[in-house]
Amino acid sequence: MVSSQLRSRGSASPALLLAIFLCLFVAVTVYVFVARLYPAPPPISQDAVLVDRQYDLTLYVTGAAFVLAQLGLAYAVLRFRDRGQRASFLRGNVALEVLWTSVTLLAFVGLGILGRNAWAGVRFTPPAPDAVQVEVTTNQFVYTFRYPGADGKFGRLDPSLVNAPAGNPLGIDPNDPAGRDDIVVSDLTVPVDRPVELLLRSQDVIHNFFVRELRLQQDTVPGMIIPVHFTPNRIGQYEIVCTQLCGLGHGTMHSHLNVVSQSDYDGFLKRRALVQ
Amino acid sequence: MSSQSRAADDLTRAPSGGLQGFLRRYVFSTDHKVIGLQYFFLALVAVTVGTILSLLMRFHLVWPAAHLPFVPGGIMTPEQYLALITMHGTIMVFFVLTAAPQSAFGNYLLPLQIGASDMAFPRLNMLSFWLTLLAFVVMMAAFVVPGGAPISGWTAYTPLSGLGEIAGPGEGMGQSLWALSILIFCVGSLLGSINFIATTIDMRAPGMTLMRLPLTVWAWFVTAILSLLAFAVLFAAGILLVLDRVAGTSFFMPAGLVVNGVLQTNGGGSPLLWQHLFWFFGHPEVYIAILPGMGVVSHILANFSRKPVFGYRAMAFAICAIGFLGFLVWGHHMFVSGMNPYSGLTFSLLTVSIGVPSAVKTFNWLGTLWGGRIQFHSPMLFAIGFVSFFVTGGLSGIFLAQPAVDTTLHATYYVVAHFHIVMGVAAIFGILAATYYWFPKMFGRSMNESLGIIHFWLTFVGVYCIFMPMHFVGIAGGIRRYADSTGAAYLAGFQPLHRFMTIAAFVTAAAQLVFVYNLFWSLRRGAPAAVNPWNATTLEWVAASPPPTDNFGGRFPRVYRGPYEYSVPGAETDFLPQNIPPVSDTTGSTEQRHAG
Amino acid sequence: MPVDTVAELLQRGGGGHSGNGAPFGSGRGGNDNSGTPQRVYVTGMILALGGILMFFMALISAWVVRRGFPSSDWQPIELPRILWLNTLILAASSFTLARSRRCLVAGREADHRHWWGVTAALGAFFLVGQILAWRQMLAAGLFLTTNPASSFFYLFTAAHGLHVLGGMAALLVVGLRSTRRLTLETATRVAALYWHFLGGLWLVIFAILVVER
Repeated sequence: MVSSQLRSRGSASPALLLAIFLCLFVAVTVYVFVARLYPAPPPISQDAVLVDRQYDLTLYVTGAAFVLAQLGLAYAVLRFRDRGQRASFLRGNVALEVLWTSVTLLAFVGLGILGRNAWAGVRFTPPAPDAVQVEVTTNQFVYTFRYPGADGKFGRLDPSLVNAPAGNPLGIDPNDPAGRDDIVVSDLTVPVDRPVELLLRSQDVIHNFFVRELRLQQDTVPGMIIPVHFTPNRIGQYEIVCTQLCGLGHGTMHSHLNVVSQSDYDGFLKRRALVQ
Repeated sequence: MSSQSRAADDLTRAPSGGLQGFLRRYVFSTDHKVIGLQYFFLALVAVTVGTILSLLMRFHLVWPAAHLPFVPGGIMTPEQYLALITMHGTIMVFFVLTAAPQSAFGNYLLPLQIGASDMAFPRLNMLSFWLTLLAFVVMMAAFVVPGGAPISGWTAYTPLSGLGEIAGPGEGMGQSLWALSILIFCVGSLLGSINFIATTIDMRAPGMTLMRLPLTVWAWFVTAILSLLAFAVLFAAGILLVLDRVAGTSFFMPAGLVVNGVLQTNGGGSPLLWQHLFWFFGHPEVYIAILPGMGVVSHILANFSRKPVFGYRAMAFAICAIGFLGFLVWGHHMFVSGMNPYSGLTFSLLTVSIGVPSAVKTFNWLGTLWGGRIQFHSPMLFAIGFVSFFVTGGLSGIFLAQPAVDTTLHATYYVVAHFHIVMGVAAIFGILAATYYWFPKMFGRSMNESLGIIHFWLTFVGVYCIFMPMHFVGIAGGIRRYADSTGAAYLAGFQPLHRFMTIAAFVTAAAQLVFVYNLFWSLRRGAPAAVNPWNATTLEWVAASPPPTDNFGGRFPRVYRGPYEYSVPGAETDFLPQNIPPVSDTTGSTEQRHAG
Repeated sequence: MPVDTVAELLQRGGGGHSGNGAPFGSGRGGNDNSGTPQRVYVTGMILALGGILMFFMALISAWVVRRGFPSSDWQPIELPRILWLNTLILAASSFTLARSRRCLVAGREADHRHWWGVTAALGAFFLVGQILAWRQMLAAGLFLTTNPASSFFYLFTAAHGLHVLGGMAALLVVGLRSTRRLTLETATRVAALYWHFLGGLWLVIFAILVVER
């Protein structure tokens, strides 16, 4: 009483259904990507534009591979469904193997090499010497930004002096004269069209600094001071979010990047200097 | 009643010998087949728990203020959400995606496919399972201890995971139990790997050369090597984490930490060290999860296309290449971690290189289908689905492999979409394909084909509905591991997509009940299955369905040809089993002369 | 071919249910399924050593990373002097173990047992010596959490020591002829692989501890 598992299952319906679904799937996916139905917000720096270009290049290459492979699968299951034919005894084809291996190698490694510039521009090159320096401190679950003030120097920090309720969330040493004019605020204001260097640090666990429009993201690691730099070229207010799981307030940890005109920025510094 | 269905009933009827007999046969058994099924059913329980957790997560993302009956306090809090994601990831990666493809199917089929009577070390094999089960129990215990389950993600980055309770709820006892569970799991995996590798090297039947091994065996073999090397490193990392948590050492904890206003006394460790150690394990782990599925897919595509695997040598080599390269790329999880940016570029080039053997495998799967005579039984549907998912998920990885592009996608929902499509879907389809394919062999009964087809379509369409939109949420800046959208203002814009994905998730999860029903119903009431219902060529189909304790009833096979000799020109049938001597061979009359 | 020789040995020596009776092929794969072949235990031990090696390499790489920090809190520690003696003892035990195995091969059973016992005794002395080293550290005020160097000291010595303890158990089991599935020849070979590996590993760890002073 053997079940007839081997009744010919080559009827068109599973093959046709698969082929139709795969074609629909490819069509919808390509459309959503090409029409940019859910785009990232427009870039606000030249480095961000480079990132976008690399993203687009990757999209073309992988998109082509995606379409070819999925449609190839659709075609193969439809064309070679069991219609009583004999399968061709094909062990392989060395020439084909070499060909598609080489093409893939070139395409993928080529992409990787081409992607170097977008990365190198931000990570391998130091910021301009006249960059606006801001120190960014993260802890559960806020961002605190510190400007060096008129003297251009950051005051010494001492973790044992950290006392947020008493108004010293960063632990600035009161005995250090360089720290007296430091400006401590909870969102980030920078002038447009000038390089900005952020010194990222963390007090407790790993957090992250991410601004979508800058296409820039960096973990903040306790025990390290990590510099990143950017040059924003559009005035506006942008979200800073934390992307590294940091505890129960992770999802609500956010701040704002305010890119303002040079005069507005000078005004901001002046106002804050009076308050400190 | 045929002897086959009697044997089948043996598995499902209480045997003679009372409780002691039952315990020795089905609980404390050293038979690799029993152990394989134990892993399978453990994975089934784990995937049920993991799926329920994910449904709770998806529900919360869309209806965060809803009252949930079993949640302490009525409304899910952010820390409860984070506990859900932590445990969902941990349970799925370890107790489903490592346990099922490798430990369940590998254990069951490896000795059969190489013509051996059992694994090299049967008692060690039993110990491996019990350690894995113990690890699962310890992991589940984290839910019920004070503070609940940990909230640091399955990746448990330090210092968050090393600080203890002050870092957040669940970070006390919950995180400690998590770490203990992982350590126990590591030992179980290590012992299992030793078994797999030694068995493959030393226990092959006469004539079973390396180039005649089924690709499933190649996959389990390379996976076991990855497992041996990677889990040893995770074990070390886990020990260091436990020491930091309970003994006051500072391997991962820097100095000067101020947590909730309280200065910590740690001294100068490195959070990045944890990441390096973890991902040195973590990246091979994802290949551990997918390689067995790739082997299964090659195996099934050949069977149901009635053609050899296209480019068998290249496929075997690609498995090895993926395994080897998999150890060199861990830094692509750490591009924005604070790691040296020059290292980032190196890791990037190595990572895109893995795309090459992966592409070779994809081309060869298409090549296997090409010119075939394709029969769409349910195992074949899932194998074809695997190919589609692997293409989608593999290609989306190319974006993440480049640090500049990754800078915009890291820790967004794009990453979640990518790894779910390759792991949470493709690898799962590998497991499902394997289940439908080998069910007749394991239980001597057939699964219901119509239910299998329904299950396939609901799942195939369903998971694409869940995970394709997720890419777009990520590209637009939707951040992962967020309990809700009350943070940055732009997050609210993703709610319509989240709603669609959540509904798709519930429908797809419900569709799995079709599979579960089919599985358990067929165990008892499925039509009796033949010894070789798929007209397959490999050695497991020589054994009875289900096989006796020593697998081949004392008549061990000898191997005369490769594993995928389908539609050989000039042959009478469209398949030549590995164990049938060539027609001109006149050795010994004790040889089997038919497929059984 | 070696495979065929071993297979023939098994056929001659072993009982168990018969295989298929056909001659073994010329390709690899000569398992006739009359019980687990002895070579499998050697393979298994080599694989286990691979895993153990990766474990210690992870610990050592943690040490390398930690050592390389520019922070000021790495204070080299004074090594307990007994460590030098312990190293000599463990190295000697490898020699006595090798000697014991040579006696076994030569058929000198009593000598084999003698040197096997000496090896076990030296192993015990090593472990005692390590504990004494720990006591010297504690007396000097160097605890697990005192500084990173002391943390790694205890970590390395404890991890290695636990593995040596396992090795002692293996020596005991083999010495008491308590292995059922392994022949004496295989059992001594497997135990020796493990023991020599731990000896070599200790030399590496010791070198690390000495160099970083």
